[in-house]
Amino acid sequence: MNNYPSTLLEQAVNEMSSLPGIGKKTALRLVLHLLKREPIEVANFSQSFTRLRNEIKYCTECCNIADQLVCNICSDKNRDRSLICIVEDIRDVLAIENTQQFHGLYHILGGIISPMDGIGPSDLNIDQLIARASSGEVKEVIMALSATMEGDTTNFYLFRKLSDFAIKISTLSRGVAVGDELAYADEITLGRSILNRTLFENNFQK
Amino acid sequence: MHLKELQLINFKNYESATMHFDESVVVFTGKNGSGKTNLLDAIHYLCACKSFINPIDTQNILHEAPFFVVQGSFENNDKTEAIYCGLKRGQKKIFKKNGKDYERLAEHIGQFPQVIISPSDATIILEGSEERRRWMDSVIAQYNRNYLDKLIQYNRIVAQRNAGLKQGNLTDELLDILDMQLPDKGNYIHAQRIAFIEQIQPLFHHYYEWISGNAEAVKLEYDSQLNNQKFEDALLQARQKDRMMQYSTLGVHKDELQMKMNGFPLKKYASQGQQKSFMIALKLAQFDILAKEKGLKPLLLLDDIFDKLDEQRTTALMKLVSQQHFGQIFITDAHVERVAEILRGINCSFAHFLVEQGSITRNEA
Ligand SMILES: [Zn+2]
Repeated sequence: MNNYPSTLLEQAVNEMSSLPGIGKKTALRLVLHLLKREPIEVANFSQSFTRLRNEIKYCTECCNIADQLVCNICSDKNRDRSLICIVEDIRDVLAIENTQQFHGLYHILGGIISPMDGIGPSDLNIDQLIARASSGEVKEVIMALSATMEGDTTNFYLFRKLSDFAIKISTLSRGVAVGDELAYADEITLGRSILNRTLFENNFQK
Repeated sequence: MHLKELQLINFKNYESATMHFDESVVVFTGKNGSGKTNLLDAIHYLCACKSFINPIDTQNILHEAPFFVVQGSFENNDKTEAIYCGLKRGQKKIFKKNGKDYERLAEHIGQFPQVIISPSDATIILEGSEERRRWMDSVIAQYNRNYLDKLIQYNRIVAQRNAGLKQGNLTDELLDILDMQLPDKGNYIHAQRIAFIEQIQPLFHHYYEWISGNAEAVKLEYDSQLNNQKFEDALLQARQKDRMMQYSTLGVHKDELQMKMNGFPLKKYASQGQQKSFMIALKLAQFDILAKEKGLKPLLLLDDIFDKLDEQRTTALMKLVSQQHFGQIFITDAHVERVAEILRGINCSFAHFLVEQGSITRNEA
């Protein structure tokens, strides 16, 4: 399938198939579908991605994806500013928000420490977290990372960085199945884990 | 535990076959390449959910057939259980017990234990230390689920540690954190391996004596860097070396199980017959441990093990395994009469199947 009748078509198919999980066949089907729609619709469609890429901001407080410099959650006056929940990425924020059990703020790390994937502490939003912790406003941080070896390693690392401050450091109770990624846990398990979070210090006792 | 019936459809070189086993000793004979080992492999599938020869499931389907089915009927304490194993090309393999699907294969594995002795066991003696650790791990994991969990976690930490060391950007701070997670898993694995070797050693000696007629002194020696130092301290001491070598030089992943005969390394010192006797004794000892831990006798599968064994050792072995102590045993041999004659000589009743290119007939002679 390399002899397209039009270079415009070929270019569009190539762009579409550059997305993860989209092969050439699927790309062609999607592109032909777009061709059938009104020009204004396609303009809106493509413009939404251009704007997303150009105008998206990262919240200066929690590093979450946002429209403004400060995201909706961080600017919500009703949320408990003394409580910060540390997560890997925005999918975890959505998962925890769906439990409706948490009313504090978040901090998005942008990943977890994994040398195998080339991710070290300096690749994560840890400096911003330290800055927040040193502000004096925070009383407790909850480390809500995946219950994997990499999640544990990141927890230990953050614990060391945060233990200088007069802050309670807790972690999710292990209701979340070992080896599971947070974003795929069911709501009941995740909600219970938030409510039953435990002191991270207690992890040393074993 | 007894396998009373085995049914194959499109499995390896069998289009369709059904066998009944009322006896405790079952013998399959046939020329090399006739497919007698495939029958043991089918039994292995029913017990362990996989082939002991070819790990790629679809390659165990008869050439160009769309699927295979292996079915077996087990009897244990007067209870009959029907096991179904089916694989369609392009789909997940399915296991059923008494008509009910398993959600996870792990639920099935271990319920119908087996011990197989085959020519490929030679790799345990001849290859690197990894093969011997793999053997130890696979036996311990069969009766200790926690061991497998700890082992997986331990290996993950070592893999991350090695990746970091290789990239050369692992800070001491992060290395500290990786290292503090190793001892609790590593010490557990170490302790379980020590306990396993202590448990298997006398059983192993007993069986080796029986087969060899007390000809040579054999021994298993468990070498571990943790035998005489504390993991935490040793890790710290090894750090500089680890950084230089760019991998983790210390821990239970470097353990070795020494196999000795008259004080010398088995691999260099022993004849092929002695090595074979050693391996058979080790596997029979493994049988005893599993039987004790599981509370039921595993099936014993002896694949083509008589080569390189003299008649005296072969007879001793047959006398041994045909005892009540072992449950049901399945034997393959290329010679039609060798095993049968020995079994008749020791007054052991057995079922004898003649295997020829995809067809099986019971020898009533
Ligand atoms: Zn924010």
